Amino acid sequence: MAARSVTSREARAGWLFLLPWIVGFLAFTAGPMLYSLWLSLTHYDMLKPPTYVGLENYREAVADERVGTAMWNTVFFTVLHVPAQIALALGLASLLRRAGRTAGFFRTIVYLPVMTPPVALAALFLLLLNGQNGAVNEFLSWFGFTGPNWTTDPAWIKPGLVVMGLWTVGSTAVLYLAALTRVPLERYEAARLDGASPWRQFWHVTLPGISGTVYFTVVVNTIASLQVFTEAYAMYFGARAKQSAEGDAALFYVIHLFQEAFGSLRMGYASALAWFLFAVIAVVTFVQVRMSRRYVHNEGERP
Amino acid sequence: MRRVGVLAGLLVVTLAFGYPFWWLVSASLKDRAHVFDNALLPRPFSPQNYVEVWQAVPLTTWIGNSVAIGLAAAASATAASALVAFGFAMFRFPGRDALFGVVLATMMLPAAVTMVPVYLEWHALGLATTQVPLWAQNLFGSAFYIFLLRQFFLGLPREVFDAAKVDGAGAWRLFTGMALPLARPGLIVVFVFELKAAWTDLVKPLIYLRETELYTVPRGLKAVLDRFGEGGEEQWELVLAASTIATVPMILLFLVAQRYFVRGTVTQHVEQ
Repeated sequence: MAARSVTSREARAGWLFLLPWIVGFLAFTAGPMLYSLWLSLTHYDMLKPPTYVGLENYREAVADERVGTAMWNTVFFTVLHVPAQIALALGLASLLRRAGRTAGFFRTIVYLPVMTPPVALAALFLLLLNGQNGAVNEFLSWFGFTGPNWTTDPAWIKPGLVVMGLWTVGSTAVLYLAALTRVPLERYEAARLDGASPWRQFWHVTLPGISGTVYFTVVVNTIASLQVFTEAYAMYFGARAKQSAEGDAALFYVIHLFQEAFGSLRMGYASALAWFLFAVIAVVTFVQVRMSRRYVHNEGERP
Repeated sequence: MRRVGVLAGLLVVTLAFGYPFWWLVSASLKDRAHVFDNALLPRPFSPQNYVEVWQAVPLTTWIGNSVAIGLAAAASATAASALVAFGFAMFRFPGRDALFGVVLATMMLPAAVTMVPVYLEWHALGLATTQVPLWAQNLFGSAFYIFLLRQFFLGLPREVFDAAKVDGAGAWRLFTGMALPLARPGLIVVFVFELKAAWTDLVKPLIYLRETELYTVPRGLKAVLDRFGEGGEEQWELVLAASTIATVPMILLFLVAQRYFVRGTVTQHVEQ
């Protein structure tokens, strides 16, 4: 009996500590999700009460050309952005690991861009990527290349955003650096004894050793990339109407959703768009989780 | 030979990651005619850009707003997340692990799904055009920080807590008297992470802030970009001065709290 009352007291204390989260979850996650699901079946402009329209918003979204453009832009960006980030972060981490005692300094250099406010980053890269006299194209011209008009040519706006994104690769690189230091050195020695070249060591020792971390960053970066908003919005949208060809090339899914919701006050339609994005992200994540079973070796890494 | 390769690589990294900062600061000190000259040093040197932008827009107000909102967001996120994390780490009761699964699941939820309904909630409360929505949700804890602090609490030696319990210490005493002081590094991680998140966020200010006097630094910077940048008055030196002003506090924060940022970033990984 005594033990039982201790347990129930412990349970009560536990629930009390959890209370803020439970309230917040109901008020800001579960409640809004249900509300949004209902709203997605209505027309709602905040002036008149919502009117039920069934699946009309979803039908409209499927037929909406701008939704198609936005989805295409987002997927295109993600397919370029995520592999570029992962590859550069891996390269940086391998390099930083060999930096010895100076690693701290270089880690700081690589991490500082992560601290830069994205709007400041957007303003800065509008100029660095400028087609006429931007520093990026000037650098390319040293090697005889003529750089494109990154910020005005619709074909180059998304690649430009990918290039800009490379500058904030620091947090991923720091994760890889931590993972690399956990790969046992004996494995490299064994590989060297077998006569493996650095490249083969990378493929057969390094990559399997950190595959869990690579997998994690691929999933997280993909989810984040499918929701890309701030830099693109700061550069190509806003008060000044610059939304011509450039704007459409940078019209990402969440930007479109944001404009429908807070620009046109189409709250029901925007809710349907949100659920559509949710479905896409859920499917992509599910596929990545399934694929990971084949490629990820979790031994030696903390789960 | 390998050593030379590594050194060359590190040199390239330093230039590639350092140069845009150099360019930003240098160009922010150039006069209008020379902003785009890509010269390393600003000649002529024109620090008056900073004075000019400070006179053109209410930067002091925006910085004050950002500091206040950042501190409110960071303090409430830290306090509430610590409370909830302690609940998950220290007590055993039915349903706990399932609930923790829900906490983890909310981390995967795209922000876009709740963006509209949460806005409508704040609107219904009459707070949709105030700064309250920018920090008040943190009073209920935040999934990633709960996860992170739970790791810290689980890492504390259990015997110490059991001994204190035998001595008659209540749950609250265990939390405030023992767990919080011991988990201080974790609390600092959460505080600086949220401070940075609040200082750099553009989405919430775009949704909630209408009046210029309420703007945070990123929202203000976006207004500066719209007014003085492309399609505006083309006074880029002012945009760059404002960008530098927005960036410097974050750089200083990082230099002061560097190891906490790195630790927080690395702890993210355990999430899987």
